[in-house]
Amino acid sequence: MWAAVLFIAVTIVTYIIFYAIPADPARLACGQRATAVCIKRAAHYLGTDRPLYVQYGKFFGRLMPFSFKGGPHYKEPSLGRSFTNRLSVNYVVGQAAPVTASLVFGGAVFWLLIALPVGILSALRPRSLLDRLAMVFVLIGISAHPVWIGLLFAYFFGFKAGLFPITGYCDFIHPTGDCGGPVQWAYHLFLPWLTFAILFAALYVRMIRANVMEALGEDYVRTARAKGAPEWLVMRSHVLRNALLPVVTMLGMDIGIALGGAIFTESVYGLPGLGKTAINSISNFDLPTTQGIVVFATLCIILFNLFVDLLYAWIDPRIRLT
Amino acid sequence: MPLLEVNDLKTYFRTDDGVVRAVDGVSFSVDKGQTLGIVGESGSGKSVTCLTIMGLNPRRSAISAGQALWKGEDLLTASPKRLREIRGSEIAMIFQDPMTSLNPVHKIGDQLAEAMRLHADVTKKQSRARALELLKAVGIPRAERRLDDYPHQFSGGMRQRVMIAMSLINNPDLLIADEPTTALDVTTQAQILTLIEKLQEEFGSAVIMITHDLGVVAEIADDVVVMYAAEVAEKGNVNQIFKKPHHPYTWGLMGSLPRLDADVERLVQIQGQPPSLLRPPTGCRFHPRCPYVMPICKEQNPELLEVSDDPGHLQSCHLDEETKNREAAKLLAGMMAEAS
Repeated sequence: MWAAVLFIAVTIVTYIIFYAIPADPARLACGQRATAVCIKRAAHYLGTDRPLYVQYGKFFGRLMPFSFKGGPHYKEPSLGRSFTNRLSVNYVVGQAAPVTASLVFGGAVFWLLIALPVGILSALRPRSLLDRLAMVFVLIGISAHPVWIGLLFAYFFGFKAGLFPITGYCDFIHPTGDCGGPVQWAYHLFLPWLTFAILFAALYVRMIRANVMEALGEDYVRTARAKGAPEWLVMRSHVLRNALLPVVTMLGMDIGIALGGAIFTESVYGLPGLGKTAINSISNFDLPTTQGIVVFATLCIILFNLFVDLLYAWIDPRIRLT
Repeated sequence: MPLLEVNDLKTYFRTDDGVVRAVDGVSFSVDKGQTLGIVGESGSGKSVTCLTIMGLNPRRSAISAGQALWKGEDLLTASPKRLREIRGSEIAMIFQDPMTSLNPVHKIGDQLAEAMRLHADVTKKQSRARALELLKAVGIPRAERRLDDYPHQFSGGMRQRVMIAMSLINNPDLLIADEPTTALDVTTQAQILTLIEKLQEEFGSAVIMITHDLGVVAEIADDVVVMYAAEVAEKGNVNQIFKKPHHPYTWGLMGSLPRLDADVERLVQIQGQPPSLLRPPTGCRFHPRCPYVMPICKEQNPELLEVSDDPGHLQSCHLDEETKNREAAKLLAGMMAEAS
């Protein structure tokens, strides 16, 4: 039930923030030659002339998947219409979400592919050359800004070497225009995936290494060896099984957060995902779109956290919800 | 031929501060069905001695020398494969802290069955049945249901019983128990010791009991090795050690035992601290703390020599025999007197 409260709180806060910003969407909608009459009409049309709580109430009512007008019935939840282009926000979010999802899930695969082997091997051979190189990588990965990394990659691999496209997104399913289909999709996303993954990979290498090193020193590992278990079994059944539990939870939470908008990576590579859309709508003072993205992101984070909680209870017997 | 014969065992650890001489020339032997008690303070090298025998020291930092002959085969030069065969099936070891010695994410039954399946070609069903057998043998109530429980659902004493079950599941010839009762309360301690004794009779295994508790040794050991600072201070059978101890350290240990049946104002301590194994004292390692110290003690480390007229009883101290006999008698008389 906390989830619901949190959700409402976040939406309220977004509304309030918007009203703290000194900009009038009605005036903007009227353009350069904003006359008082125009502004008044625009405000009425957009609904910004009503008091804040009325606006919020209307937003909330639209959002709920049911309506009481003329008897209770199901209605499609709507996030409203954009102030700038009158597009349904549902549509805007619906278009942007798959892009971000592609980036995030693909990036997650990448970062796990890097972090797991490097983290585990570093823990098994502490202070070796591999370990020290891994720690340098971690330092760079954490400190370097994704925009910087993205630009570097785009320049060297994209522009100079011509290996990968610099910008643009290709849809996975519908080949529209000049690019589409799975291969193109992956090709265009390769550099973004790498850029997005580096920061998370760095964080995870550090965490995995620490967890595995800790697990290796645990008493039950010694017991397993004393039973005569071969090293691969000790690693698989005892060490990794325990060391990687926290990785599962972190993964769930990080993906939830990232789905909200991998803003920097999307900006650098021009991917029309939630992050980029959010930036645009904020600069345009487009409240409904921003609000829509916030709602969607919050929903994702809450759902993912819930999912992770349940998953963790399933895999860690100490936390079973009895 | 003794089951296990340890000759001049040494284990050194490479650390950032230098070489730690954790075991520095330890010898003893264990016969079939016998119980050997290894006594000493924390840091005396008792655990490392047994970990070395089992080959469980960290490979990167530990160097060992000497011999550990298991049925004639030297474990220190055996291949890792051979060691894995022996561990858990011929020689089993249980450790001090039962709370952390079991894997928290696997069921007890599975961990027990794993111990069996590692060494015998049996089906899951068979190993589970045997696990159940052992759980019952160690006195776990409602064993069928408990097989599918997780370690956190057991108390400390129960967990230690599970560990004992796990170690005995393959009928080992030797069970090494490294301070199995230190982390448990006294009543549970008594139960566990009784259990070990009973199972030892039932399964016919030899036991090495590592402990710092002389009371435990007096109760279940046949032979005793007293260790101090990585060396053997005194060894012999339990009667020799308790009735006629011949080393100031042993005297100190016995004298410092608290007694329930006497009114004592202050507990007697051995003055000083155990020495660093990085830079052990010159000469006899006990000399900084010994109330009987003589000049020679600071220069020459005494050898392990047999006490006259007492075969099998060895000690390493420069004091002459007469003094030792006298002190031993005094100690015993004192302990009896307090009791009255």
